[in-house]
Amino acid sequence: MSIYTLFNNLPALLVVVPLLLSPIATLIPSGRLAWVIALLGTGVSVIAAMLLCSVTASGIRITYFLGNWPPPWGIEFVVDGATSLTAMVMATLAFLATLFAGRALAAEIAAKDVGKAYAAWLLACGGLYGLVMTADAFNLFVFLEISALASVILIALGAGQDRRALIAAYNYLVIGAVGATFYVIGVGFIYAVTGSLNMADLAQRIPDVEAGSIIYVGFGFMVAGMLVKAAVFPVHIWLPAAYSYAPAAVSTLLAAIATKAAIYVLARIIFTVFGGVPEVTALALEWVVVPLSIAGIFLGTIMAIYERDLKKMLAFSSIAQIGYITLGMGIATGAGIAAGFIHIGNHALIKGGLFMAVGGIFLATGARVSVDSMAGIGRKMPVTAAAFLICGLSLIGLPLTAGFISKLYLVRALLDNDNLLIVGLVLASSALSVVYLWKIVEVMWVRSARVDAMEISERPALYIPLWLVAISNIWLGLDAGWLVGAAEAAAASLLGAGG
Amino acid sequence: MNDAPLAVVLAENWNYLVVITLMMSGLFIVISRSNLVKKLVGLSIFQTSVFLFYISVGKVAGGTAPIITGDPDTLYSNPLPHVLILTAIVVGVATTALGLALVLRVYAAFGSIEEDEVLAMKAEDGFPLLRRAAGREDGE
Repeated sequence: MSIYTLFNNLPALLVVVPLLLSPIATLIPSGRLAWVIALLGTGVSVIAAMLLCSVTASGIRITYFLGNWPPPWGIEFVVDGATSLTAMVMATLAFLATLFAGRALAAEIAAKDVGKAYAAWLLACGGLYGLVMTADAFNLFVFLEISALASVILIALGAGQDRRALIAAYNYLVIGAVGATFYVIGVGFIYAVTGSLNMADLAQRIPDVEAGSIIYVGFGFMVAGMLVKAAVFPVHIWLPAAYSYAPAAVSTLLAAIATKAAIYVLARIIFTVFGGVPEVTALALEWVVVPLSIAGIFLGTIMAIYERDLKKMLAFSSIAQIGYITLGMGIATGAGIAAGFIHIGNHALIKGGLFMAVGGIFLATGARVSVDSMAGIGRKMPVTAAAFLICGLSLIGLPLTAGFISKLYLVRALLDNDNLLIVGLVLASSALSVVYLWKIVEVMWVRSARVDAMEISERPALYIPLWLVAISNIWLGLDAGWLVGAAEAAAASLLGAGG
Repeated sequence: MNDAPLAVVLAENWNYLVVITLMMSGLFIVISRSNLVKKLVGLSIFQTSVFLFYISVGKVAGGTAPIITGDPDTLYSNPLPHVLILTAIVVGVATTALGLALVLRVYAAFGSIEEDEVLAMKAEDGFPLLRRAAGREDGE
């Protein structure tokens, strides 16, 4: 196979390599070796995503026919600016989470299950990449379920530490399946009136459909299904339990990449597939997505303030942060969508880092991390705590961190749109998020504690990936040019493809 | 079709009435039942209703099974929705299987498969790790 063949098949390789390595990982008895395979799978995806990014950076739109069947017969993968940026963010964070999992996963689950855990891990990653790459509305459902079932298995692995993980996994399974089925109903309606499943094809045919009400119904079902998967308020109820009872490494992976893929799909549906019928999408954006985002931002933040358990607090804060992303996309201007994509990248880094830090503290102290058990950690685990602080400041949106860039572009996009009320709400909610983070910072360094008496050692295997994420947070805060440029290209390609 | 009385329209589209009835009962079972197995039954009914919806859509009035007959005038049903549903059935089976496996584990861990009982129980004697941490606190 020549290098050109490899290069031409990059879009498929990104998805297929993790999926194919997954059954191999189940056969391997050694957890260590399975981890190496997982690193290999996610590593190949990072390289593939980077190469795709470098191609789409020049504005090229890559199309790939699976099995060489051209659409509308075959399934098509389309890679444009938005796809490659999302894939790149997800692949990078998945790789870092795998690096972190090497020690974290082995510490939390039975040794005989580690190989199988990595199999589910690779399936989840492959499924999520597929979700982003595919340009076929029904194929998207298949990838959605591959990733969802694999995530359910990963969440249920937390049962070794806390049996509530089983209920969390069960609820995610049922709620996720209902969401995915809603999406399929929507696709059915749209297929019935257009006769196509290819997204580009759909985008062309939908404006010509005469039975307008069916378009509304189909669109509503598809968007409702994806809102469940993206954990947008108020259909976020599966998320806090799922993230907080899953093993530390799994929380990191899911918090960093799982909802991001669903948000990307949401944007794809709204702006590409239904881009030709703005009267339909504007209704949903104005009356559903924007109000729900703002409600999610506030309620997520307020629930995080009152939460004592740290992983749950981070999960609630994720709901608020998802709100910022969907708010940006909801105002539907180029700048707003770009702000959404910037925050997809930055929030993946922020939440990935925070969950890694909490996971590291959990593994070192051997107890579920609550606000009270964080007391004195700043002095006992300075390396981990410092990285936690950096990611935390980035979450608030302090200047010089990645989070600031997100807020800056979001506020700027809102100002362009003269949404002064929403700008005020965004700033107020940022101020509120200081409350829960300060609470942690205070106990970490200020309060003296019982951990002072404990022997706690920090492991490089756990804090090196954490610091890689923390440094990226600062680096993207200082030099955001690449991410902003890529996000603006992503927004342009989303809006352009539908027009 | 719009001029016909409602009853006639409904009778002509009875297959969709079946779909809607199944869909709503399935969704209602998922939401209202506390028994974890019954919830999965509801989920299966809900998913099956969607399968029927697709199959109804793919049927062309007077069309035959889409197997080439050699006669150019043959009217075929649309095979694509049926193939899609083949995939969706596989996904549905996997979902149900995984759900039932989880219910087994829930029963082993909690001794109950009633959601409200399980939710009430977990706060009391659920988590060994938390209790260990609390024990350490008491010792001081």
